[in-house]
Amino acid sequence: MAHPLEKYLRAGKLPHIWCAGCGHGIVTQAILRAVDELQLDTEKTVVVSGIGCSSRAPGYLHFDTLHTTHGRAIPFATGIKMANPELRVIVVTGDGDAAAIGGNHLIHAARRNIDLTVICFNNTIYGMTSGQYSPVTPGGSFASTAPYGMVEPSFDLCTLVAGAGGTFVARGTTYHARPLTNIIKEAIKHEGFSFVEALSQCPTYYGRRNKLRAPLDMLYWYRDHAVGVSQWEKLTDDEKAGKFPIGVLKKVEHAPEFSRVYSELIARARERSEA
Amino acid sequence: MNETGPRLLQGNEACVEGALAAGLRFFAGYPITPSTEIAEICSLRLPQVGGTFLQMEDEIASMAAVCGASLAGAKAMTATSGPGFSLKQENLGFAAQAEIPCVVVDVQRVGPSTGMPTSPAQGDVMQARWGTHGDHEIVVLSPSSVMEAYTLTITAFNIAEELRTPVVLLMDEIVGHLREKVTLDAAGKLPVVDRDKPSCPKELYKPYGPGQGRLTDVPPLAAFGEGYRFHVTGLTHGEDGSPTNNPKVGERQILRIVQKIASRRDELARFEEISMEDAEVVVVAYGGTARSAKKAVRDARAEGIKAGLLRVITLWPFPETRVAKLREMGLKAVIVPEMNMGQYVLPVKRVIGDACPVIPLNKVAGQFIEPKDILEAIKGAM
Ligand SMILES: Cc1ncc(C[n+]2csc(CCOP(=O)(O)OP(=O)(O)O)c2C)c(N)n1
Repeated sequence: MAHPLEKYLRAGKLPHIWCAGCGHGIVTQAILRAVDELQLDTEKTVVVSGIGCSSRAPGYLHFDTLHTTHGRAIPFATGIKMANPELRVIVVTGDGDAAAIGGNHLIHAARRNIDLTVICFNNTIYGMTSGQYSPVTPGGSFASTAPYGMVEPSFDLCTLVAGAGGTFVARGTTYHARPLTNIIKEAIKHEGFSFVEALSQCPTYYGRRNKLRAPLDMLYWYRDHAVGVSQWEKLTDDEKAGKFPIGVLKKVEHAPEFSRVYSELIARARERSEA
Repeated sequence: MNETGPRLLQGNEACVEGALAAGLRFFAGYPITPSTEIAEICSLRLPQVGGTFLQMEDEIASMAAVCGASLAGAKAMTATSGPGFSLKQENLGFAAQAEIPCVVVDVQRVGPSTGMPTSPAQGDVMQARWGTHGDHEIVVLSPSSVMEAYTLTITAFNIAEELRTPVVLLMDEIVGHLREKVTLDAAGKLPVVDRDKPSCPKELYKPYGPGQGRLTDVPPLAAFGEGYRFHVTGLTHGEDGSPTNNPKVGERQILRIVQKIASRRDELARFEEISMEDAEVVVVAYGGTARSAKKAVRDARAEGIKAGLLRVITLWPFPETRVAKLREMGLKAVIVPEMNMGQYVLPVKRVIGDACPVIPLNKVAGQFIEPKDILEAIKGAM
């Protein structure tokens, strides 16, 4: 019997390129479950990505899919959405892709509040290029370009996007796969810029160097350090130390969405040029 | 077009008029002198025809947005100058690789780096050809007048749509900021080409499958959202758009994006010829500099000197066949004036070989090449 999500896959393109134990498949499945539960029109849904392990996901998905250049998925997606606002556009990106080389595009898309759903597969490392540090590699952890330990402070991606004006911001992990699906569903339904940070283990290039060699070690790490947002709010600063909140962190409804705002601009410009 | 009759227009304005006449519906850009008027006029005019203007956060994003919009079915353009043209190169290569029709306008100014922002140059001729990495072909057109900025922008869109490729409209500050009286209607109703759409059953669509199986064929392009559900990547790919590590499949893809343009070199070649029949010295010029060359050739003729002008309009692919014919004319010299240190003279020299001397005439740092400079070079060669 075919898997219930198989209809969303280009099955002939499998097996995928991801390593054994990689979390990216779990995030991809969460996206497909969300698409399935929302019954999205597969002919009107476009999946766009940049470059990285995570960005290879669209190649396996049976939608209109666009695998772009490193860091640039969001502006490509912006062009698609603005040229045809009817399309639902989902961006799949990595932490390096979204926050290092693509950081500028991320904050500007959030500022515009354009209706894109950006799902950042955050494995806190550059997976594709075999383990260099990213802007979210935790302080002190090791990477191929941080042989003495990471000395740069990290971005908190959710705070960054919320601060830039994103109207839906949420975090999940691959350990919490079901809640992650629900978060992605909410993000897709949200009209405006939605951002989901999905923590995703990279046992090969992060775990091996950081005493989290087994994929399960990393999943348990998520279990032991993630705190649901409603509970998080009740914690003292001391209790929060070393932990992070998961769930929907920011949601602003009915904020003007950019492609709609622009359609109204078009209507005004047409009226005036005909007058 | 909502205005008819003669108008005083700037090259940059005429470029937008041409783009609109060709069906432009999406522009993304980032302000930079001397191209900014193109963005400004698009911001005013595009919404009036239901199109979209976006001022992006930088030129990288602008080029990306143009590719995205084109894949969603819109005719799309961006415009920039030197530093911004450098930033566009990676995604320009993406458009070449993924076969995305679009037009990129570069109004050249003095470089390198920030250079002289308000002064003219022709220093991006080689960058337009080879600015993005890897083997590829690209079509580059260079107008010499305001009217031509209009007609050639239409041509640029037509070629982009027909060949599914980015086309560079390589202007220079002279033409971009030049004001001339033009009557756009005088160009008549110029043909407008739209990309081929697939007619096959949706599940059989191959976005990179040449129709007749020939390397020179251009596959039809569906738009995202039309139900074809296809994949586009900058990775080397097979006919279905999926990445490949098979060298045979990869070779075929690279050969095809090169051959579809290279094989049409002669039909893409456009030039203007003045007093060429009996010329003994030929000036090969393009863009703003060709205006001075035209005057120099006229002045030379007035003095009884047999000079001719070959004004190249399609810079790339290089018009080999036409330039090679100069070899048979028994010329005393070919002169190539350019506002750079000598870029286009290189392929001219390669093709002319030892048939006659090929003399570069160069000025940089924003200095015009004046008719008298070229006239002097013509006399020196006689
Ligand atoms: C312009 C450019 N610079 C660098 C690279 C090399 N590169 C490819 S993927 C990558 C990092 C990917 O890391 P991330 O975005 O975190 O995704 P992951 O592979 O971990 O899923 C880099 C640096 C590139 N392809 N293009």
